[in-house]
Amino acid sequence: MANTMRVALVAADREVWSGEATVVNARTLAGEIGIMANHTPIMSVLAEGQVDVRTVDDGHWVAAIDGGFISVAHNEVSLLCEHAEISHESNYDEAKRLLEEAKARSEAAS
Amino acid sequence: MAVSLREYRARIKSTESMKKITRAMELIAASRIIKAQQRAQQAAPYARELTRAVSALATYSDADHPLTTEPENPTKAAILVITSDRGLAGAYSSSVLKEGERLAERLREEGKQITTFIAGRKGEAYFRFRNRPVRESWTGFSDQPQYDNAREIGKALIDAFVDEGDEGVDEVHIVYTRFRSMLVQEPHSVRMLPLEVVEGEEKPPEDEVLPLYEFEPSADEVLDALLPKYVQSRIFYALLQASASELAARQKAMKSATDNAEELIKKFTRIANQARQAGITQEISEIVGGVNALADAQAGSE
Repeated sequence: MANTMRVALVAADREVWSGEATVVNARTLAGEIGIMANHTPIMSVLAEGQVDVRTVDDGHWVAAIDGGFISVAHNEVSLLCEHAEISHESNYDEAKRLLEEAKARSEAAS
Repeated sequence: MAVSLREYRARIKSTESMKKITRAMELIAASRIIKAQQRAQQAAPYARELTRAVSALATYSDADHPLTTEPENPTKAAILVITSDRGLAGAYSSSVLKEGERLAERLREEGKQITTFIAGRKGEAYFRFRNRPVRESWTGFSDQPQYDNAREIGKALIDAFVDEGDEGVDEVHIVYTRFRSMLVQEPHSVRMLPLEVVEGEEKPPEDEVLPLYEFEPSADEVLDALLPKYVQSRIFYALLQASASELAARQKAMKSATDNAEELIKKFTRIANQARQAGITQEISEIVGGVNALADAQAGSE
């Protein structure tokens, strides 16, 4: 019984992740959406926020995206967004540094 | 004679250093092309998925959208010309500008007013030099375009297109250089807006039927969000193609510059050798002449 589906998280300039997964959770404009294998074809607009994916081997990752689309068809889920940052790629120190920089900028601007 | 020999040597030297520079630029361009091609490949999945989504929407919903409706009587057209930031790429910029002029000419014959948008410093300079108005221009990314650049350009073009006022335009064309292969890059113009329905462009191979999607919140809203992204992704694609073409053109131009420098060095070396030989011959004949004259004078006095 195929209870997995192909998931691809695609950013504008690269494919961030693709593989088999069991559950995808994302936030659309209409609210949270949870997708499991053999979901009915759907196309929806994703809000800014995080995508949560459980992979086949009991793995789990989340990614931050800046809004985009989700389309589900033929047991394939495509998550499209312009920029995405995936949890196991992002670096705590780097993120912290960026946050500090952004804070400093906004303080300087105000 | 000796002076010109020195001159030739200096020229050989400067040509040699020129050759080194052009050779380095050739190698840099060559290595960057591979990167540019990889970037184009990496951007492909996004464009493919987006195209699929748009064609699904176009097939299964009769939603009308401002970006897809043809104006009844188009009188104003915008042209975006994608050129390079830097020169030394052979005819790259001039040929894409020429294609832009051709397109502008054709549109003018159809009775349309032209508004120009420019990407790349070379195009900007071209229009400024001729004192021709440019609505907006973007520079600084021609050899490594980012998606954000495409987004900015796309936003400006869409804004101009949906604007109903005097500033608005009825159609948007893009002129860029298509990367066919390392040897062939051709300037190419496409009409970007209003969007033509993209059905059949990149159909799934086995003619699979597009699934009957449910749209959330509604088909209109999905279309609203999808179409601008589609336009931006098309622009991004054009930018990536243009950057690969620019690098290929630069590599080709620098290769022939290096070859020319080599030829020049050969030629100058020959001339320098001739000059040296002529100098030696003259010296010998002077010595011989002097000895003869001396011998004659001594023979006369004895």
